[in-house]
Amino acid sequence: MSLLEVSSLGISFGGLRAVDEFNLNIEKGELYGLIGPNGAGKTTVFNMLTGIYKPTDGKIFLDGKDITGKKTADINKAGIARTFQNIRLFGDQSVLDNVKIGLHNSFEYGTGTGILRLPKYFSVEKEMDKKALEILSVFGLDKEADVLASNLPYGKQRQLEIARALATNPSLLLLDEPAAGMNPNETKDLMNTIALIRKEFGVTILLIEHDMKLVSGICEKLTVLNFGRVLSQGETSTVLNDPEVIKAYLGE
Amino acid sequence: MKNLNKSTQKLLTTIGIIIVLYLVVTIMEATGNLSSLMGGLMVPVCAFSLVAVGLNLCVGYLGELSLGHAGFMCVGAFTSAFFSKVFMNTIPDVPRFILAFIIGTAMAALFGFLIAIPVLRLSGDYLAIVTLAFGEIIKNVINTLYVGIDGNGIHLSIKDMLSLGMEPGGQVIVNGAQGVTGTPRQSTFLISVILLIVVLILTYNFVHSRTGRAVQAIRDNQIAAETVGLPITKYKLIAFTLSAAIAGLGGVLFAHNISSLQATTNTFGYNMSIMILVYVVLGGIGNFRGSVIATAVLYLLPELLRGMQNYRMLIYSVVLIVLMLFNWAPGILKWREKHGFTAAAVTQKFGKKKKEVQ
Repeated sequence: MSLLEVSSLGISFGGLRAVDEFNLNIEKGELYGLIGPNGAGKTTVFNMLTGIYKPTDGKIFLDGKDITGKKTADINKAGIARTFQNIRLFGDQSVLDNVKIGLHNSFEYGTGTGILRLPKYFSVEKEMDKKALEILSVFGLDKEADVLASNLPYGKQRQLEIARALATNPSLLLLDEPAAGMNPNETKDLMNTIALIRKEFGVTILLIEHDMKLVSGICEKLTVLNFGRVLSQGETSTVLNDPEVIKAYLGE
Repeated sequence: MKNLNKSTQKLLTTIGIIIVLYLVVTIMEATGNLSSLMGGLMVPVCAFSLVAVGLNLCVGYLGELSLGHAGFMCVGAFTSAFFSKVFMNTIPDVPRFILAFIIGTAMAALFGFLIAIPVLRLSGDYLAIVTLAFGEIIKNVINTLYVGIDGNGIHLSIKDMLSLGMEPGGQVIVNGAQGVTGTPRQSTFLISVILLIVVLILTYNFVHSRTGRAVQAIRDNQIAAETVGLPITKYKLIAFTLSAAIAGLGGVLFAHNISSLQATTNTFGYNMSIMILVYVVLGGIGNFRGSVIATAVLYLLPELLRGMQNYRMLIYSVVLIVLMLFNWAPGILKWREKHGFTAAAVTQKFGKKKKEVQ
């Protein structure tokens, strides 16, 4: 059974059909790429998968469970975490706290315990710190744990966003243009990071990307979107050599 | 944990400042250097500081502007005054006062919770306007409320005293626009200062807890907060309710300091809500210490300037502008950073060098 199964997903904004008849199957452990020209509807697909938009048609199954139209927070609890094209960190909080917020649902103590600082507060916070630092160290961010998130350099902010998403312990990670705005060196680092987190966290990844080097370098399968419709789908090498794709996206 | 340590230091310095000021005022009072008028303002200063701290929790950490906090203060004040008067002769002073605090705070929290349910569906300006309306509703309802108690129990009316239909031996507790008179005056400066310190510690704990982090995450970026699985509504409700409860606590303190409690525009209405917001904004949004200092300065200033009758309001407005510039003007902020006049730098210079707490 596939980890993610999307069948004939569609959404309309008024008269505009942004995404239509979108089908997608991702197996456990795959690294899947979603590409397409600007405005093709890639981020809209992500927003539907995470419940930020409610799809008008179609169904989404995660691990066999129907998550169509559920609340964003519940979809995260079901196992989908994501990053954003325009980075959305909790800027006024430290790097460590950003990850601890990601750990929010994995550790528990009540509001009263926190206000009165009962013994449980100290033991749980200690565990959270430990776990958060563990995740940060995978990204080499543990030395910057006390820095305000908004003060991090751009590349590290992107990595922190991935770290925060992984802290929610997802089975499927959605990365929205992780290499946007990065120079070739940073992109190379990012490719290593993605390979590393697949190994460390055993997570399935679906990513949107424009950087063809990154896409052809790490993605096993691809779906190409154009004008809200699937243009081509399959193994990376086959898709990238599809004449339709070359015409629509890479240029003739 | 350097960051955490810095904020712990800041809390300890704040408490230190409050204790030193308390001692100075007490000594001045004992040696007769403090006018009785000024002495009488000490409890209200603490009460309004509490309300400002409560509002700062809402504005600074929840990130929502509330203009109805005088209303929550009003609920705390009136419910506790009502309770204290009803049980004036049946419960001994100390437990009654403690119960009054619990009841006043709980009622303000309840009102905060009920009002938050519809209000938190809105945000920004809309939320401010609706909280303003709720604050006014609370004040106006209490203004027309008549409550009496006699052998048959509690009587309620929103018309006049006669329609209560009281038995001869009955007692009118809340008398419409005249409010509650004869509440026991139990709030002392010492109790107020202790309460203020306790609330500062508890709000600090809240902000640095799992729930507090979630509340700030929602403030910083609601969509991101949702995608990491935070239940938005729950945490907004918790923060708003807590904020209202602290305002209610301030109300209880205030009510037990004056013999005649009335819900006028100046004490609990729109004017007061704006005034408290001024304390919060000038003290620095998200800065609890600033709220306390701004409240103390701005509340006492008109009294301190009594000698200069004609120029009083002029100086007051200049102080407002100076405080605003000091806290917000980009040029001055840069200058402060350069010359070590930021809160962090001052704390480092004068604060106790405390070892890591956790």
